[in-house]
Amino acid sequence: MNFDFLPKYYNFFIQGTKFTVLIAFFSVILGIIFGTVLSLMRISNNKILKSVSTAYIEFMRGTPLLVQLFIIYYGLDFSRLIGGEFGDIASGIATLSLNSAAYVAEIIRSGIQSVDKGQMEAARSLGMTYRMAMRYVIYPQAFKNILPALVNEFIVVIKESSIVSIIGIHELMYNADTVRGVTFRPFEPLIIAALIYFILTFTLSKLLGKLEGRLKLSD
Amino acid sequence: MIEVKKLNKRFKNLHVLKDVDLKVEKGEVVVIIGPSGSGKSTLLRCLNLLEVPESGDVIFEGMRINDKDVDINKVRQKMGMVFQSFNLFSNMTVLQNITISPIKLRNKSVEEANRIALDLLRRVGLQDKADYYPSKLSGGQKQRVAIARALAMEPDVMLFDEPTSALDPEMVKEVLSVMKELAYDGMTMVIVTHEMNFAKEVGDRIIFMDGGTIVEEGTPDDIFTQPKSDRLKEFLSHF
Repeated sequence: MNFDFLPKYYNFFIQGTKFTVLIAFFSVILGIIFGTVLSLMRISNNKILKSVSTAYIEFMRGTPLLVQLFIIYYGLDFSRLIGGEFGDIASGIATLSLNSAAYVAEIIRSGIQSVDKGQMEAARSLGMTYRMAMRYVIYPQAFKNILPALVNEFIVVIKESSIVSIIGIHELMYNADTVRGVTFRPFEPLIIAALIYFILTFTLSKLLGKLEGRLKLSD
Repeated sequence: MIEVKKLNKRFKNLHVLKDVDLKVEKGEVVVIIGPSGSGKSTLLRCLNLLEVPESGDVIFEGMRINDKDVDINKVRQKMGMVFQSFNLFSNMTVLQNITISPIKLRNKSVEEANRIALDLLRRVGLQDKADYYPSKLSGGQKQRVAIARALAMEPDVMLFDEPTSALDPEMVKEVLSVMKELAYDGMTMVIVTHEMNFAKEVGDRIIFMDGGTIVEEGTPDDIFTQPKSDRLKEFLSHF
């Protein structure tokens, strides 16, 4: 092991990490927003909304992320639409968030459906409307069920974001590979990248684990 | 107060309620007994439309409530319900469980709702549990909170769906004694139960159901000491 290249190239890793965090952050936020909409469509009584959402979720979960990325990047030519490097990043974020939304939707749906049916009945028997019952009783309980799986999904997004290096976004994976190329060291730059990914995901899971612990008070 | 006429309910191919007629007067305690699968819980759940009947009328305080244009949420505020599995809101403390509907549905202030809730908790003997979460309570305590929660809406009638069936024997008594007090205070009650002694003691009228119909009804004395139908005699022989 030889990390002599670090003083010269450390900035590549810092810049790359910044991009990775940026891409993952926006992908997660957009994924949650879109995923929430999808899950509400999926549990709604409207047949059209329901089947559109189901079809979308099945398709996104049943096709490779790389294919989805290429469809958006090359197929829809998303970058040219927006233009420049920002366009590339937008393609990456769009792909990751559209993909993540399908998983988030399923997590939310199963979280809501795992709340005991009696809770809804009790709320309705007191005279609450469906909406009130969802707001005061079902969602707060569902959120607790959802959180661990959602944290897992965040971690998946951080890791999967490495795939956008393929379309030339200078995030952590891309920059580590660049350092590998210029230093002729195949091993060390990638180890550093792996370590940084691990620090990101591990910190996140610890932080959100604390939040989870606080929510467990009522159990 | 409640009148049910020619009520029918089917679950897929199963005809659970067949032309059921029932009348409950104000202040009356009606106890429904019968073997499992006889349709007694379904009948009770049709009274506040947790189950929507297929045909027939459910009339509450002079209004046919299974009409499309009736605001069922308003009606349900006057009909308290207690479930076999308690169904306390697990994300709320005992106090919040009781106060949420008066606050949100009756526009009561938090202070007033709390005051009422603590009064009710005292009545069911749980004033010291106000800040507990349901998961920390025993089954009997949960059910007493559930009764307090229903009472907080000041209902005109209370519906009990096998309130003691999920309880250990030693906890049955504490729930039944709360219900007894409620009955002596003049609350109109419809109770589905397997507790025959309780039915005998508290019921003004007993209804025996089997196979989706009311087979026999009468005073506790009629039903328990002079049963007419063979089906009822056979049913009572198990107790």
